[in-house]
Amino acid sequence: MTAETAHAHDHDHRPSLYDWKRWVYSTNHKDIGTMYLIFAIIAGLIGGALSGLIRWELAEPGVQVFAEGSAITAWLQMDSAHGYNVAVTMHGLIMIFFMVMPAMIGGFGNWFVPLMIGAPDMAFPRMNNISFWLLPASFGLALLSMMVPGNGDFNGFGGGWTLYAPLSTSTTHHGGPSMDLLILSLHIAGASSILGAINFITTIFNMRAPGMTMHRMPLFVWSILVTVWLLVLSLPVLAGALTMLLTDRNFGTQFFEAAGGGDPVMYQHLFWFFGHPEVYILILPGFGMVSQIVSTFSKKPVFGYLGMAYAMVSIGVIGFVVWAHHMYTVGMGLDLEAYFIAATMVIAVPTGIKIFSWIATMWGGSLDFKVPMLWAIGFIFLFTVGGVTGVVLANSGIDTALHDTYYVVAHFHYVLSLGAVFAIFAGFFYWIPKMSGYRYNGFLAGLQFWVMFIGVNIIFFPQHFLGLQGMPRRYVDYPAAFEYWNYISSVGYAITAFGVLIFLVTLAEMFIVKRKAGDNPWGEGATTLEWTLSSPPPFHQFNELPVIKPDTHH
Amino acid sequence: MNAPQDPKKKRMARTAGMVVAAVVGMTGLGFAAVPLYDAFCRITGYGGTTQEASAAPSQILDQRINIRFDSNIAPDLPIEFAPVQRVESIRIGETGLAFYRIRNLSDQPIIARANYNVTPHVAGPYFAKLECFCFTDRTLAPGEEAELPVVFFVDPELVGDPDTRDLDTITLSYTFFRSPTDAS
Repeated sequence: MTAETAHAHDHDHRPSLYDWKRWVYSTNHKDIGTMYLIFAIIAGLIGGALSGLIRWELAEPGVQVFAEGSAITAWLQMDSAHGYNVAVTMHGLIMIFFMVMPAMIGGFGNWFVPLMIGAPDMAFPRMNNISFWLLPASFGLALLSMMVPGNGDFNGFGGGWTLYAPLSTSTTHHGGPSMDLLILSLHIAGASSILGAINFITTIFNMRAPGMTMHRMPLFVWSILVTVWLLVLSLPVLAGALTMLLTDRNFGTQFFEAAGGGDPVMYQHLFWFFGHPEVYILILPGFGMVSQIVSTFSKKPVFGYLGMAYAMVSIGVIGFVVWAHHMYTVGMGLDLEAYFIAATMVIAVPTGIKIFSWIATMWGGSLDFKVPMLWAIGFIFLFTVGGVTGVVLANSGIDTALHDTYYVVAHFHYVLSLGAVFAIFAGFFYWIPKMSGYRYNGFLAGLQFWVMFIGVNIIFFPQHFLGLQGMPRRYVDYPAAFEYWNYISSVGYAITAFGVLIFLVTLAEMFIVKRKAGDNPWGEGATTLEWTLSSPPPFHQFNELPVIKPDTHH
Repeated sequence: MNAPQDPKKKRMARTAGMVVAAVVGMTGLGFAAVPLYDAFCRITGYGGTTQEASAAPSQILDQRINIRFDSNIAPDLPIEFAPVQRVESIRIGETGLAFYRIRNLSDQPIIARANYNVTPHVAGPYFAKLECFCFTDRTLAPGEEAELPVVFFVDPELVGDPDTRDLDTITLSYTFFRSPTDAS
């Protein structure tokens, strides 16, 4: 920020940390990004606690934690099999809509897209404020939905995160207001994401610094660009499907009611037309972050930059034409299944390009195994494992046997819970010195990585075995034959929870000890624009726009 | 943030406008999916959706095919509903007639409607109904019993399709639901 001194108002207008107006009325992309990250951490802890109840329950056969009158769940009014279903449902929805999406798109996206393209802020700063503040409202409605009657006298909606009709429209099973609150909650979360998407697209298309052409944008910016386009094209369809659920429930329409000429399978089509792009929404920003991190700690530009960027674009495009592989068992006919199998497997090609390009970036590089790099390599490993089981499940014949078993649960947790979450931790430890201005304790952070890496693998790898043995998902109990691996899986949860505790300690230690990070703690490998600014960056940056030369990109 | 120059502001508004148009368009497509999905099933016979015809085909083949009849009742509906004949053998192209028997077991009038399809699903495009009780709502007085006719044929084009030419049995299935217009 040398140019700034030339201006009359050269001092930074950073308001006090304790001024509530700074946060509630915020139009600053960095403050909003910070709020998104804090929101995501809180939601992640709540969603993680729900999964703790699930794993605790499944540690042994029989119903214990969700048994009637059981201490913790009775306090939550979830002491029933329905309560277990609510925990499963809300764990999924919270992690997707209130943890991964806010962290990746809202948090890191808001923080680093403007910095990386050399923009002073987002295109519509006040809309940015609305995008964020809609989210706590939405989260509030989702939590409220757990506390009001859903199924008869039981609280909450227990039909799974996919909200399939007819279970979600049935007055006998979910007649209570719980499902309606959930629909409204997701409507608002969707509106928040769409507003954010409009903001990102406008920013990236119009506010790049001179010389920052599309093909010179850092891959993280590319990943956000593809992600927000997916949001724009898929979320309205979810909104439509949710509206139909709402009117079916309350206003006598028959969209999904077979008796009235509707078709419940159509809900599944509409939902997965959104739902499949959604899983790429959850992982693409992670691809972008991992690309930056692998390049930084290999001290090399990323291998095959253009291939990497367009691999993400093609993953986004193909992601829209494979949705029915989530519903092979509806009886869609052989020809259609054959198409969806082929299309699904095609996605392995651009994904493979990305995996191999990351490896090629590391190949011959001067590798530095700092904490973010550990998380990034962990991501590549776990995502590849999840990708392999994904190709297995793409085959409709195999999927018919494994549909709704723990094999599927293991698959999507390897790509999302482990893949996306490892990418978030990678990004967090890569950028936290920039965001806060402080360095963290490398030992603690490294310890957290190893504890969590071991923990999550112990949770989810045995679930492959359980699934192959035929254990169905979404049940509160199981036969004793499944006990062995379920117990191990639950032990893995305890290890992972300990890892999360180390994370919180690392965070607290960092803000207490306050080691100054300096502008660029990662050295010559960190070439993107955010590292040219101070740590933390000035409240308003790039009053004098940086000029990007051809040789300084990626 | 420094005040953006006017042309830039205009460009940003245009970009945002385009994205908003995409959002509105996708919302529209989401709702358009309802009639499109319905039309798709009817035109292609997808999921075993049968065809409606106004005239029988002119050609009748020697080849025979078995039509099996299946009946289902929604759990909350107090009726008895069963086919009079389990199976009927007809020539392909020939017009067949079958009956279902329905009885209201309750002391309330019931408005009900049947949904239908055929299996295997690939036979959907070739199974046509000339007349069916399933096209409209049906009101049953308390205790009323009725015989419901269905007039149908199997399109001779069935034998020209490699997916269906080896079929020897088609199952026609009905499920009676309480009509949404029935307040009780």
